[in-house]
Amino acid sequence: MFVAATAGILISMTLAMVRALLGPTVYDRVLAVNTFGTKTVLLIAALGFLTGRPEFLDLAIVYALINFIATIAVLKFFEYGDLGHERRDEAVLD
Amino acid sequence: MEIVLDGLSWLCIVGGLFFMLVGTLGLLRMPDVYTRLHAAGMTDTMGAGLLLLGMGLQTIIGIVDGDGQYWFVLFRLVFVYAFLLFTSPIATHAVARAALHGGLEPYRAPAESAD
Amino acid sequence: MLRAFGLGTILVVFWLLLSGHYTLMLISFGVGSSALVVYLALRMDVVDHEGVPLQLGGRFWLYLPWLMKEIFVANVAVAKVILHPKLPISPITVIFHGSQKTDIGRFIYANSITLTPGTITTGVEGQDFEIHALTYADVDGREEDEMDRRVTWVEQGD
Repeated sequence: MFVAATAGILISMTLAMVRALLGPTVYDRVLAVNTFGTKTVLLIAALGFLTGRPEFLDLAIVYALINFIATIAVLKFFEYGDLGHERRDEAVLD
Repeated sequence: MEIVLDGLSWLCIVGGLFFMLVGTLGLLRMPDVYTRLHAAGMTDTMGAGLLLLGMGLQTIIGIVDGDGQYWFVLFRLVFVYAFLLFTSPIATHAVARAALHGGLEPYRAPAESAD
Repeated sequence: MLRAFGLGTILVVFWLLLSGHYTLMLISFGVGSSALVVYLALRMDVVDHEGVPLQLGGRFWLYLPWLMKEIFVANVAVAKVILHPKLPISPITVIFHGSQKTDIGRFIYANSITLTPGTITTGVEGQDFEIHALTYADVDGREEDEMDRRVTWVEQGD
């Protein structure tokens, strides 16, 4: 059963990667990579069950954390051009 | 009992894979980033939810067999899903916000829609 | 102070559930790191009604099953749209007026809207929520009104 789950997740990861490569704007790519990351979390979990070592779920939790923070960091970088943006910069510009 | 749980677990995993593949198909078919966000949301909520539920039913089989270690596995599965439920809308919102901030116009259906 | 203790208790329980090894040394590591996290959170000044929303009590857990049901219904609807050969979408942006009084209530409402596929909160201005919807049927107001009532009920707390 987990072989089927792993195969299905891998197929949909490939499709998400197609969108990341095609994606006309940078936001499409970020979105596709975020989805790819969610699927990686599920893949790690399914692999843990497949090999009979559910401790893999700890790695899945860590990957979920990294995926979320990476998405937010990349978006913030593209939105403001740096990671240390503060509100008062806007006030000076306005 | 075990047969029933096993069958339910199969059903959940197949359903999760279905929603995940449909969500990814939507990611490929939709015309712009805002509509793609809707499709990607399906993977995070229903796809992940049903897949993790299927795995959870498998661990419940382990618990019924009397292996206490599986309680910890069950907790981790619940935590992974709770974490996805908390972060997925924030990431979605961040993408939509960044795209709006970047000046990307949302796609509008042509005036003469088919229906 | 009550919130700091609540946060500490939650963190210790979380450590115990994740660890699975109960020796004196590992448990004392857990208690020590939880205390450190609570200290840092106090220094960062995030232990308040937003960071540790204990005032919601049990109502949030009563709200979750209904949200799950809504997520399921919305998922099936969006799956039908995606699998439809013509892809019948007509994206619109609408402004929705919420009745939540507190920030945490608005946070729950905005994230609930985003979690149900077919609608995404793209902005919050005071009590007005800017929602991007996949089709007009997703924002005809029925689900949103009920969600609005339920979230307002949640934020009132015990």
